Amino acid sequence: MRSPRPRLARPSLVLAAALALVAVAGCGGGSSTTAGGGPAAGPGGGAFTPPKIDALKSLGPGEGQVNLVAWAGYAEDGSNDPKVDWVHPFEKATGCKVNTKIAGTSDEMVNLMKTGEYDAVSASGDASLRLIASGAVAPVNTDLVPNYKDVFEGLKLKPWNSVNGVPYGIPHGRGANLLMWRTDTVNPAPDSWGVVFDPASPYKGKVTAYDSPIYIADAALYLMSAKPELGIKDPYALDEKQLQAAVDLLKQQKQIIGEYWSDYTKAVQSFKSGDTVVGTTWQVIANLVQADKAPVETTLPKEGSTGWSDTWMVAAHAKHPNCAYKWLDWIISPEVNAQVAEWFGEAPANAKACEKTSDKSFCDTYHATDEAYFSKVHYWTTPIAQCLDGRTDVKCTDYSEWTRAWTEIKG
Amino acid sequence: MTTITTTAAPGGMRRRAASFLHRHAGVRLSLLLSAPLAWLGLAYLGALAALFVTAFWSADVFTGDVVKVFTWANFTDLVTGEVYRTITLRSLGVAAAVTLIDLVVAFPMAFAMAKLASPRAQRWLVIAVLTPLWASYLVKAYAWRVMLSADGLLGWGYGLTATVVTLSYLWLPYMILPIYAGLERLPNSLLDAAADLGARPWRTFRTVVWPLTFPAVVAGSIFTFSLSLGDYITVKIVGGKTQLIGNVVYDNIGAANNLPFAAAVATVPVVIMLIYLAAVRRTGALENL
Repeated sequence: MRSPRPRLARPSLVLAAALALVAVAGCGGGSSTTAGGGPAAGPGGGAFTPPKIDALKSLGPGEGQVNLVAWAGYAEDGSNDPKVDWVHPFEKATGCKVNTKIAGTSDEMVNLMKTGEYDAVSASGDASLRLIASGAVAPVNTDLVPNYKDVFEGLKLKPWNSVNGVPYGIPHGRGANLLMWRTDTVNPAPDSWGVVFDPASPYKGKVTAYDSPIYIADAALYLMSAKPELGIKDPYALDEKQLQAAVDLLKQQKQIIGEYWSDYTKAVQSFKSGDTVVGTTWQVIANLVQADKAPVETTLPKEGSTGWSDTWMVAAHAKHPNCAYKWLDWIISPEVNAQVAEWFGEAPANAKACEKTSDKSFCDTYHATDEAYFSKVHYWTTPIAQCLDGRTDVKCTDYSEWTRAWTEIKG
Repeated sequence: MTTITTTAAPGGMRRRAASFLHRHAGVRLSLLLSAPLAWLGLAYLGALAALFVTAFWSADVFTGDVVKVFTWANFTDLVTGEVYRTITLRSLGVAAAVTLIDLVVAFPMAFAMAKLASPRAQRWLVIAVLTPLWASYLVKAYAWRVMLSADGLLGWGYGLTATVVTLSYLWLPYMILPIYAGLERLPNSLLDAAADLGARPWRTFRTVVWPLTFPAVVAGSIFTFSLSLGDYITVKIVGGKTQLIGNVVYDNIGAANNLPFAAAVATVPVVIMLIYLAAVRRTGALENL
């Protein structure tokens, strides 16, 4: 998924980090392709029955180490910025040495977890369901994670972190994809995604969109209100006809697109230079552009938006389950959750983290406590053949079809 | 050697082995070549074969696991999908344009380096041509992104042209060096002879320089052509909204986890390069390399 990490880092560091990411992922876009929330279906996926695996009953002494699969920026040990380090304090407090494997995409995470060599993973919604379905992760006994009680209710027992009321992970943080525009060129201030889908846009050639098949959901979300007759209930559950409508809309949008972005430094740079004046973005990008004194503004449009929510999960056959649970509790403890959220640029999962952020307005900026705000966010998830909105009379289009559609849209 | 021959058993063994190898040229050759051939066969051709085999499988859409059941589906999609034809043609066009631009820029440069510069200057020029290769590919691509930006030095904006320009810059050394080497091998006396016989510069170039350096040009073009054909990062950075074959491969691995389809798409540049090499072979350029 996305890896906008160093909110606090200097631009040069940001670039270096981005380049490193680019190198690791093979390409800038690599890190940002499949992220996710969960299906907005009834609680707990519902489309499948997970293999029977028991959660840990009680916590024992630590095993001395723990192997993590994480997004870049989720397990910082000070190597990117000496001041950003919550791994060493954890090692000191628990005696569990942390071995982190950074994954670039959700697919990589799924593949890494299938090797059975890792104890815990920071999965995005799409990966989490696949991990549960394939029996790679176990349910989580939340009684063994004391800080879980302080997690926002809006993040607990969601379709992407639980199945049939059984929690499979600990929420880590969330964010929304926003509409950003340059205030000096875009007039009047937009409040609808319509501004990026208008074929007669005055900003032709200076519109941007996210370069990933998952962006089809943004078009679907817009169609939910723009063309209600299509009957789209969930932007991640599209049948053939609905997908075609979204694809047509995106093909039409391509005419006014200047460039697609997938690596966030690219988005920062083109908004700063004015090559792009309006399009979808992340809060962290907006912050970086504003830090460079470029006149941009963001909003959550009236149609709502897509977004992401990540979950820490424990491997079904973890070799170090006690240390893994200690890590889960550590990462959502108020101080650490605040640090992670500020470093990565997303809303923390722990309500108490908001008091611990170095920037006191951080939680307001990221709408951490604003459930009304997040109720308009459709968290990213991987579309599957079983319709996530509960329809059983049609077959929905899956992610590989979306990928081909995306190739076709870009032409 | 004499000291070795006077030592006892090991030296004797060595000597016997040496004389055996001396008498049996075939054994000698096969021993020499077995390691590089194993590398070529297993690591290189083996990987290509694996790629080709994978292209006939499919992927489970939910778990992303490769389903090892033979199917033509990937190739059917590839051939029937109009968008893939468009992308293939676009990639071919980009590769050809990059190769041409590099040739036009590189030839005079290589000529100046090989024939006009003093030996001392020659060394420095070679270093100057090589220096950009020490800098990271990404740094150079991002530098072009900044230059091409609307408020940048050039301000041309992003798109297919930007991609061609950036790729031409990136692969230029790979064109200059073979041509330079080729021109260095070209004896100056031939140029003098042509001049003595009354040939003007253009005629000398057409009838003497070009035919003799053509194999070097072909060698350079193989580099620039194949490197451009497989590139997907530059186009992501400066390509605006365009995409090339490499992006399709990348999207299918990175986003969709559809390794078999990605493998099928990846065979396209391989086939194009094979055709290119076959065409080059027909001109006889490969024999003169």
